[in-house]
Amino acid sequence: MSSIKDFASHFFVTGDPLIYGSDVAIVLVSLAIIFVLTYFKKWGWLWREWLTTVDHKKIAIMYLIASLLMLLRGGIDAILMRIQLAFPNMHFLQSEHYNEIFTTHGTIMILFMAMPFMFALYNAVVPLQIGARDVAFPYLNAVSFWLFFFGALLLNISFVIGGSPNAGWTAYPPLSGLEFNPGPGENFYLLALSISGIGSLATGINFLVTILKMRAPGMKLMDMPLFTWSVLASCVIIIFAFPPLTVALALLLIDRLLGAHFFTMAAGGNPMMYINLFWIWGHPEVYIVLLPAFGVYSEVVSTFSKKKIFGYKSMVASMMIISVVSYFTWLHHFFTMGAGADVNTFFAIATMLIGIPTGVKIFNWIFTMFRGRIRLTQAMLWTIAFIPCFAIGGATGVMLAIAPADYQYHNSYFLIGHFHQALIGGVVFGYLAGLYYWWPKMFGFKLDERLGVWAFWFWQIGFYVCFMPQYALGFMGMTRRIYTYPDGLGWGSLNLVSTVGAFLMGVGFIIQVWQILYSIKYGERDVTGDPWDGRTLEWSIPSPAPLYNFAVIPHVKGMDAWWMMKQEMKEKPAQIKPIHMPKNSGIPFIMSVFFFIAGFGLTFHWFWMGGFGLLGVAVCMFIRSFDYDTDYYITVDEIKRAEAS
Amino acid sequence: MKRLQHVATLSVIAVMTALFISGCGPEYMVLHPAGPVARTEFDLIVLSTILVAIVIIPVMAILAYIVYRYRDVPGNKAPYMPEWADSKVLEVIWWRIPIVIIVLLAVPTAKTTFALTKPPVQDVKPVTIQVTSLNWKWLFTYPDQKVATVNYVEIPAGVPVQFVLTSDSPMNSFWVPQLGGQEYTMPGMAMRLWLQADKPGEYFGSGASFTGEGFAHMRFKVVAKPQSEFNAWVEQAKQTSPALTKDGYEKLKQPNVLNNTLTYSSYPQGLFEEIVDKNGGIYMNHDFMGNKQKDQSGNMNHDMQNHQMLESMSH
Repeated sequence: MSSIKDFASHFFVTGDPLIYGSDVAIVLVSLAIIFVLTYFKKWGWLWREWLTTVDHKKIAIMYLIASLLMLLRGGIDAILMRIQLAFPNMHFLQSEHYNEIFTTHGTIMILFMAMPFMFALYNAVVPLQIGARDVAFPYLNAVSFWLFFFGALLLNISFVIGGSPNAGWTAYPPLSGLEFNPGPGENFYLLALSISGIGSLATGINFLVTILKMRAPGMKLMDMPLFTWSVLASCVIIIFAFPPLTVALALLLIDRLLGAHFFTMAAGGNPMMYINLFWIWGHPEVYIVLLPAFGVYSEVVSTFSKKKIFGYKSMVASMMIISVVSYFTWLHHFFTMGAGADVNTFFAIATMLIGIPTGVKIFNWIFTMFRGRIRLTQAMLWTIAFIPCFAIGGATGVMLAIAPADYQYHNSYFLIGHFHQALIGGVVFGYLAGLYYWWPKMFGFKLDERLGVWAFWFWQIGFYVCFMPQYALGFMGMTRRIYTYPDGLGWGSLNLVSTVGAFLMGVGFIIQVWQILYSIKYGERDVTGDPWDGRTLEWSIPSPAPLYNFAVIPHVKGMDAWWMMKQEMKEKPAQIKPIHMPKNSGIPFIMSVFFFIAGFGLTFHWFWMGGFGLLGVAVCMFIRSFDYDTDYYITVDEIKRAEAS
Repeated sequence: MKRLQHVATLSVIAVMTALFISGCGPEYMVLHPAGPVARTEFDLIVLSTILVAIVIIPVMAILAYIVYRYRDVPGNKAPYMPEWADSKVLEVIWWRIPIVIIVLLAVPTAKTTFALTKPPVQDVKPVTIQVTSLNWKWLFTYPDQKVATVNYVEIPAGVPVQFVLTSDSPMNSFWVPQLGGQEYTMPGMAMRLWLQADKPGEYFGSGASFTGEGFAHMRFKVVAKPQSEFNAWVEQAKQTSPALTKDGYEKLKQPNVLNNTLTYSSYPQGLFEEIVDKNGGIYMNHDFMGNKQKDQSGNMNHDMQNHQMLESMSH
């Protein structure tokens, strides 16, 4: 009996009222979901329409829901940290709890919020923008989603079962190694990232092939909408950047599970190897998530200025330059780790070089508005707000790139201010702009403007109130990842201001949730399929797009294809043919469940369970390999009926 | 709405300016350098702030103007040219602006990066202090004075100090903002950081890289004194303080937070080198730690070490 009790007290995280509260909430929400699904007899619907779907539009919606939930989770983490730091010597969170929270905050926001939000936009938009009926590999697309989903789940259960990782989102050894971190927390981190990382890599390959091979006839590369270009650039980086991460995580996992010494100095390994591999992925990762946001801004600014994008060729060139140069900057994350002056100088200058194409893009966005007609819709508001915000974030980035100055900024709150400004001001603003812009296409109705503008201002004011003081705190010597600080250093008042800002952003987020719920009921329905007077092909079809996207694949004659068609007032040719479509499959979901089982088992060193999970994965792959019944045709009648409705 | 946008942009600039001006207070340590290294870095910070401001302030002003002038309201007489999307001249201009700024920044960056690997002044004989980060405290050993301290370090003012850094715990980062930027302490490695205080005084120092539970409490004081007072302090420490023994070090190493400072009259010879070696330093090549010159017993000749360090400074 006592051994069971002992096991349970290690297995479940105990002793913290916040955690007990979460336990209760998790159980209640799960029961509520099960009850609702059973009561309304929706289990079959859930399985047929969602869990087995290979439709890119539905996968987009699932990515979006997951990422908004993760934004909530990561946001609550942020609020908890800001409460703890609001005053000197606070006793709201214990050190260990605080350490877990900042670790999961970073991990979740980058990998389980930004990445799926980005994939939601990839999936919702790219096939429609290039006039395709689905992605190149729809089945693989479903595999990617479910791997991400169960990876995220694995990380998220760690805070009630076993304990969360607590070595920072970067998980540097030796702190994340066995000697200093024997619990299961870091295993959760490593396995969750590994599992979802497979999905991310597959998505990168999937969309690269989709964009290169599945464009509508007549659409040359230099006719592609800039969002599609940005996805292409981002996919190229994913394909080269994720393998080093996979290797770094795998080696650290082998160190931890099997007692190897890749990153253990005392046995001839070297933790610097981990740090290098991590940032060889980690810095390009910033551009992986940032470039699609750039793509969104380009679309939005052109549509809502009623004008062609300015300097299209420069825009394409600068994105491709960024995707290459982003590989020569990783060492700026550790200028202070004793590389020689020559190495530091090289990486300092390479980092600054990124500022050149980025600066050019900002000028081009501004001059797209010049001599246009600017409609300040929600999407446009976020885009306009992005420019000053990202200009400051970029400027502080250039300042951080100066190696000797970085010796003073490194790991200080100046750095924290900078990367939040680049990632919120650059990435989150962009994804929100994209969300408001493409929401009608995804769901068939607009999001309420009035509520959206309220949310916008809460976010904006909250952002500056939260992060501007952090630059100042960096100059005051405050370092990151400290759970408390003493009185008398003068850090108190600015920290309090920063906390107020975090709450304002939280209010903004709550208004957005309300905005979505409100708009589901009262939002303006989009009956035209082209609510913004758009320029690209996704606006040429009904909202939401039918299962097969395009009843007839369009012929493209140049940039802004839909705009050209509207100018020419051309009738759509009515020659409808049967459409070849992929069949739904339950294997991606089931296989990912086995991945989850394997990950969970290995986290606790239960190799039998890990082996069982991996065996299940292999069986799923085997079954799929011999499944020849994977596609079908939609008949002309069905298409005509769908088009008429 | 547009006016609000305008106000928002202006208020951003106002907040930045306010922060910059408020940077005059003494609690802004980075902006109040108290030594040549920190001053060099501060100068770069100022230069880079000015250069980036030259770009971003006009950008924000142009943005505000354009959004206002070309807003879509009935009767707006501003020109509308929906197909105007190309201008060689303009594009050439703004490919060049950031290039010029980057070149202006790159040159001093390169110069300073190399300069900071050398002692800040050449005509004063430097002093060496070894730093070991522990869970969760700082140990300082003085190879020339043979004394040791915990959570505070005494240095002679006006003398370049060569800190040699390692860790007997997860990696940390040694940072004294008013004297200069930081450098990591890493197990198995001996890193070097030059700092110097202009004048006697007390300076705030802290660990900057997360090392677990007690990390937030890893602060230390740097006490700069005139050379004569520094010498007197060493003498006093030798006479009145206990010695740090091998056992004492093992106890000190235990993971806990120490809320006070400690002084030792002596420490086991070669302690620092031993710490580096046992954490994997045996696999590394530390030229400025003098490993190549180790004698058979593993002890180092400190004169030889210093000599070598001075040599490596000159190239």
